[in-house]
Order: sequence, then structure tokens, then C-alpha cells
Amino acid sequence: MLEAMHEERIHPLEKLDVREKRELLRKVAIVGVDESDEIGIVPHKSTLQLHAEAARNALADAGIDKSEVDAVLTCSAGGMASVQLAEYLGIVPTFTDSTMTGGSSFAIQLEHAALAIAAGICKVAVITHGQRGHSDRGRPGARAMMDPWAPAAQFEAPYYVGGPVGQYALACMRHMHEYGTTHEQLAEIAVATRKWAMLNPKAMMREPLTIEDVLSSRWVVYPFHLYDCCLVTDAGGAVVLTSAERARDCRKRPVWVLGAATSHTHLTLTAMPDLTQTPARYSGPRAMAMAGVTHSDIDVVEVYDSFTYTVLVTLEELGFCAKGEGGPFVSGQRTAPGGDFPLNTNGGGLSYTHPGMYGIFPIIEAVRQLRGECGPRQVPNARVALVNTTGGTLSATGTLVLAAD
Amino acid sequence: MTQARPYLKPLPEPSPETRFFWEKCRQHELWLPYCRRCQRFFWYPRDFCPRCFAWDVEWRQASGRGKVYTFAIHYRAFHPAWEPEVPYVTAIVELEEGVRLYTALVDVEPEPGKVRCDMPVEVVFEDVNERISLPKFRPLPEDAHA
Repeated sequence: MLEAMHEERIHPLEKLDVREKRELLRKVAIVGVDESDEIGIVPHKSTLQLHAEAARNALADAGIDKSEVDAVLTCSAGGMASVQLAEYLGIVPTFTDSTMTGGSSFAIQLEHAALAIAAGICKVAVITHGQRGHSDRGRPGARAMMDPWAPAAQFEAPYYVGGPVGQYALACMRHMHEYGTTHEQLAEIAVATRKWAMLNPKAMMREPLTIEDVLSSRWVVYPFHLYDCCLVTDAGGAVVLTSAERARDCRKRPVWVLGAATSHTHLTLTAMPDLTQTPARYSGPRAMAMAGVTHSDIDVVEVYDSFTYTVLVTLEELGFCAKGEGGPFVSGQRTAPGGDFPLNTNGGGLSYTHPGMYGIFPIIEAVRQLRGECGPRQVPNARVALVNTTGGTLSATGTLVLAAD
Repeated sequence: MTQARPYLKPLPEPSPETRFFWEKCRQHELWLPYCRRCQRFFWYPRDFCPRCFAWDVEWRQASGRGKVYTFAIHYRAFHPAWEPEVPYVTAIVELEEGVRLYTALVDVEPEPGKVRCDMPVEVVFEDVNERISLPKFRPLPEDAHA
């Protein structure tokens, strides 16, 4: 019944004309990406320092001076995030965006920035992230309080406090029940992702990991073993966008935004229409239709991996396999280096970095893959990349289709 | 029922839209919001139906029975109040009325294989203080549900 009620609220894809937006996006390019100077455990840097380092590094990557930046987008610098960040960086923007949809904020902000640039509202946009997920644990006042009248405060917090792990565990359990997904299949993802991390010098976890290691690790929240869960790190990241015209003079080859789409279905878990689904089933097809690509056109996939399950369900929702077949799809180390489905090639939130909201890092990695900058982990001839980021409790997704010339 | 130690978990703070629900919980009754236009229950309480947006809703008493839609077994407490209880089981229960509540299971063995999706459950109320009784769920014998 919940499902039926939900479907009624969705605008069917065929009603959407994506052509106009496709034309707009063609006027925009991603020209700079980078992390903060240090990622991992960085207790000696503040959140704003992580933002600023990443912004400086991404602008240097683009070859663009800060004085050209007229759009600031961020979700992770306090309650009026982009206002705080612009002040800190010394920018008076013509376009601002503090959209907060959790880990999907950055892909969704990229969509906004691209459309704003295409519309001529601004010329150079910087999207930044900085977060001390590791070092802020237990630091008084570091985390915002929820309104005690909020639905989740009244109807979830009395039973569970502790963030996404308990909520994603509930979703994963239902998937295992309905589709027979196994712990071994989830472990395949953790192991394949670790193999990519071993090829990335910036990754935090670079020791070999086996399926047996995953299955013998302790339960955190059943059905999740320790290695089904992402890292908790400190890190910053930034992405720079500009017009196609300005991109011609940048330091590196532009990466094009072929498609960008947003969806969200719920915030409170009991309002989630079906625990085995995610809004990627809406944002994914829309972004791909906009880009004019099919699944076989995509060379590399970067999917938010807060948990192994997030990856498995997202691949289904994006249509890379049939619903319920995510487990068999990832089996046999298919997503590992050398496999036929290169996935989370930086080592992901599971093994590279995950400061609380990971969503800017899959964008950074997709751009690097499309530029051919990834050294030993480079996917040969990567020309089209799909990025899907997820925020909240499988709540909000931003899907991007990016491409090199 | 008195608590052996002070109650440290977060407690619901009834809001204008939910006060009736929590008052009924205190009387050990489970009431749900119902849309008179759709003739359907919905969750969580609002002044209107989130489906049809009719501001024509009423409260109806629920049977208190349902089944475990999904569950999770917590081996680690992320909040000190739960530390004495690990491992403990959270669940989403789908009620006979078609809505799903986030809750905790009681009277179950917190072990993989001992708790399962679709197992029939019924509501019980934990009296926390003079104001709040929390709905939780316990297993029902399979035949009682049939």
C-alpha cells in the first residue's frame, strides 16, 4: 500500500522532456577536482581548513584564480553553509547553494551549479566539502541537535540512536529476506573495493582483505559485519565547474556533464515506500536519458558505498541488473580491478575515505578516471562515467553521467 | 513499574499533531491516523493525509497486531543508554492496518536465526514515566495470527 501511494506521486519519466536540460548541460564543464592536503585522520585541521585546502587544490587543478569564483556551494560548513564558507574564503558570490541532502548534496549541487552556469547566473562554481567524522566524535557541540518534535525524534530515536548503520541494517535485512541476498555476496563488494584501495596511495585501508576476513569480523549491527561498514575519517574535497567557453583555457581537459538528476523519497525510515528500493530508480534513468546513454556505454561506475549493501541495491536500482539480482551480479569479484565492471575505483567509502558524507569523492574519482590520471588503478579507455550518490537513510540520490571528449 | 536506574534514552516529546497518539499509548492503546477521503491509515501523524492532501483525518484504534517487516540486531551501543542492553533488536513492524512503525522487539532471543522477517507480533507498552509509554512488539504464536 505504501508503495502504491508512493508511485502515484512520481512523475513518470516519459512525461519529462530532458532535451532542454541536456542542451543546457552541454554549456558546462568540470575543470578542477582535488582533496584536502591530508585525508584520513586529521585532528589538527578544522572543518573549514579542510574546505579551504580542497578549494585551493581544485582551483589549482583547474588553473583558475579564486578571484574568478562567483558561485559557492556546500552543505557542510554549519547551518548557513555556503554563506559561512564564502565568508571564510573571501568570496562574494552571485550564486549560492547550501542544499543539504546528506551524502548526495554534492552531486545535487553540481546539477544546480551546472544549470546556473548554463543560465548565465555565474561563471565559476566551487563545490566544497570538509568534515571531521573521525576527530569530531565526542567533541561537544560538534553535531547539531534534532528538533525534538521532528518525526524521527519522536518515532525513531526512542528506539535507536546511532546514525545510518542501524537504519541501513534494517533495509539490508529486508532485501536479504525478499531476494535471498547473502553475507558472502555483500562481502564480495568489501573485498573488491579493498583491491582498488590497494592501488590508491591516498586510501586509508590498503591491507589485503578476503571474503573470510569479512565474514569472520564482528557484527556491528546484524546483518552487517564490521567490514560491511564504511570508514569514519576526516577529509575535504572540492570540484570546480565553469562554462564550456572558459573551460577551453583551463589547465586540464574538460569533463562534460551529460546528465544530472535528483530524487528523494523519504527521510524517516517508516516513510520509506519500500525498504529494498532507493530513489536511484528515479534519478538514474532520468540522468541516463538526459545523457543519451545506455548501461553498456558506461565504462566506470562510482557509487556511494556507505555500506556494502548500499552498492548492491544501488546497482539494481540503476538497472545494471534486474531487481533482486545485485548479489549474483557482484559475485566472483566482478567489480574488482581486472573485472568486467570497474566500480568504486578509488577504494570507496569502505577503504579509501569516508568523513561522514562521502559524496564529493566519487565525483572527484570519476573525473580523474575520465582524464586518465589514475595510474595503476586507471580503467583503460574510460570515456563515460556514472556517479550515484546517496544521502540520509537511502533517502536522497543525485545521479551524474560524466564524459571525456 | 519503577525503573531500577534512571531512564537515559531519548524520549518522545509529544507535539501538537502527536499528543493524542502518545496519550493513548499511556493508556496502553495503539491509535493511528486515518484519512477519511482515501479510507486508509497513514503514518506518522499529521493534520492531513500525505497521499491525497485532504485535511480530513481522524484517529482510529489499531488491532495492535502485525508482522516484522524487517529487523536488526545491535551488538554495539552507539549511545550509552543502550550499553546494558546489547545485543538488542530493533524492527519495523507492519501493522494489520497497513502502516509501518519503527520499534523494538521484546521477548525474543537477539540472535540471527531466532528473529525473522514476517514473524507475527503484537504490541506491548513499556511504561517509562507518568507521561510516556513506548509501544514495542513481542512475538505472537504463529497460529494466533492465522
